Amino acid sequence: MIQTSSKTYELDDIEMRQMYASTLLELAQNNPNVIALEADLMSAISTNKIIGKIPGQLINSGIMEANMMGVAAGLALTGKIPYVHSFAQFVTRRAFDQLFVSGAYAQLNVKIVGSDSGVTAEHNGGTHMAFEDLGLVRLIPNANVYEVSDAVQLGYLLRKIEKEYGIHYIRTIRKKAVKLYDENETFESGKGKVLREGSDVTIIASGIMVAESLKAADLLQEQGINATVIDMYSIKPIDKDLIVNYADKTKAVVTAENHNVIGGLGSAVSEVLSEHCPTRMRRIGVKEQFGQVGKAEYLKEFYKLTANDIVTAVKEIQ
Amino acid sequence: MDIDLRKLEIFRDKIRLLTLKELHHMGFGHYGGSLSIIETLAVLYGEVMKVDPNNPDWEARDYFILSKGHGGPGLYATLALKGFFPEEVLYTLNQNGTTLPSHPDRNLTPGVDMTTGSLGQGISVAVGVALSHQLSNKGNYTYSIVGDGELNEGQCWEAFQFAAHHKLNRLFVFVDDNKKQLDGPTKDIIDPLDFVEKFKAFGFYTMKVNGSSLEQIYKAIQKGKAQTDKPVAIILDTMKGQGVPYLEEKADNHHIRPNPKDEEAILTAISELEIKLGKAGAMTI
Repeated sequence: MIQTSSKTYELDDIEMRQMYASTLLELAQNNPNVIALEADLMSAISTNKIIGKIPGQLINSGIMEANMMGVAAGLALTGKIPYVHSFAQFVTRRAFDQLFVSGAYAQLNVKIVGSDSGVTAEHNGGTHMAFEDLGLVRLIPNANVYEVSDAVQLGYLLRKIEKEYGIHYIRTIRKKAVKLYDENETFESGKGKVLREGSDVTIIASGIMVAESLKAADLLQEQGINATVIDMYSIKPIDKDLIVNYADKTKAVVTAENHNVIGGLGSAVSEVLSEHCPTRMRRIGVKEQFGQVGKAEYLKEFYKLTANDIVTAVKEIQ
Repeated sequence: MDIDLRKLEIFRDKIRLLTLKELHHMGFGHYGGSLSIIETLAVLYGEVMKVDPNNPDWEARDYFILSKGHGGPGLYATLALKGFFPEEVLYTLNQNGTTLPSHPDRNLTPGVDMTTGSLGQGISVAVGVALSHQLSNKGNYTYSIVGDGELNEGQCWEAFQFAAHHKLNRLFVFVDDNKKQLDGPTKDIIDPLDFVEKFKAFGFYTMKVNGSSLEQIYKAIQKGKAQTDKPVAIILDTMKGQGVPYLEEKADNHHIRPNPKDEEAILTAISELEIKLGKAGAMTI
């Protein structure tokens, strides 16, 4: 648990895509039924580096995400365990009805990984910048929805979902994330991780906004405000007990996500609190806007996704 | 021809009879596109496919995916006749709480291999099934029927590219070329041009047959099985409402809510099929 202020939050040594590729390789080598599917983005997610080792278990479907999702359903229908990857908008926005009908409605076992989430799409710009993917997948009955904040967490969840039947969506970035967890950390579905305890406000974040929230907590501490920070990597199911417990303790909640405030983490937390523990709240996230090109740091400023924006939101409800 | 054509004709007539009876019992439904695939279903389930009604999930079975899901009633009649479920179940078609919805659902109906109905999707799943068996060096065949209207969907052509690239030679795609879609003739809505040329260009071993000829369909499948490096496309020259002349000629025959004249024609068709099967000594369904 991170308790001290003025800690520097350093990027991990390993990129998220390296973790994706190395974990898939391990899963595929241990289980011949694991099949990874790509839509001409293998070199973007580093699976091109493992294809020589698992040629029959890594299929480049070409630039046809709708068909790729259907092929994954067909593989699942015959007992295979497909891991489908593309950029987040392609595996959700573009192939949503295929994911919904051929995957979820047909009750098949399909794992989906959406990368380059939100502002981390950087110079691919608005067409490639998904702020909606968590909301879309969260709407699917019984789907499991994760947003990962750290490479250890990504590796752990990729292994964990191999053994769990159903639709699992993992949202990630491709490059380096801030290192948050030791290698032996474990993660459960429907649970959040309390990374820092404070009695004045609870900041609930996911993905890249977890590190931003920790920075915000440091800034708040300098001003005498003690914040709890929760990494809510399991967006659905969500840790209702933890949310209610900390809302009740701190009487103020701010959510922070690299996603539209509608549909994702902010919505999910609001739904829990409005029914079980009405609490003063603010949601940090993208509001009625599309993506655009730019460096992630610039885009975080533009969409008000920085530690300072979190601090401002906290002060509004203190 | 090494099959008992007479037996297959009786099976075909029984499928058509039960399809008409279940749709008539419901009162409305997709008559047109259920009837146009009856001969293909009869050949597949009567002669070609390896399935076990007592073990619908048998791993070594051949798979059938009705990508044009609105033909569900025709498939249900076939599965009931094969013994996957009792005939009485057919008369629950589309009733509240039924196991037989308009569009097939793998989680509701024994013998239904895949949930379909959102057009263009079933064929991708069929391709995935064929790929899976190829990757595992298994001999299962995958059969799928797509509609000519369904081929408006771009996803189908993604699936065909993928199937040809991976040389899925145990995948059979039947195109129900009944020349009509919901709003009218396919050539007036989106002209399909020449399906044979298109499938050849997409890398399929392609044949065109009379879709009301059991013999031609069977022979085409046998020819398709003999080649080793391409998926197979069989273009079925069919008619919506096939096998019931009145329905074949009816202009708006995709989905029918029978008027009194339609009602009379449907009842007549049912009665004629019952008499025909009775004379053949095959009325025990």
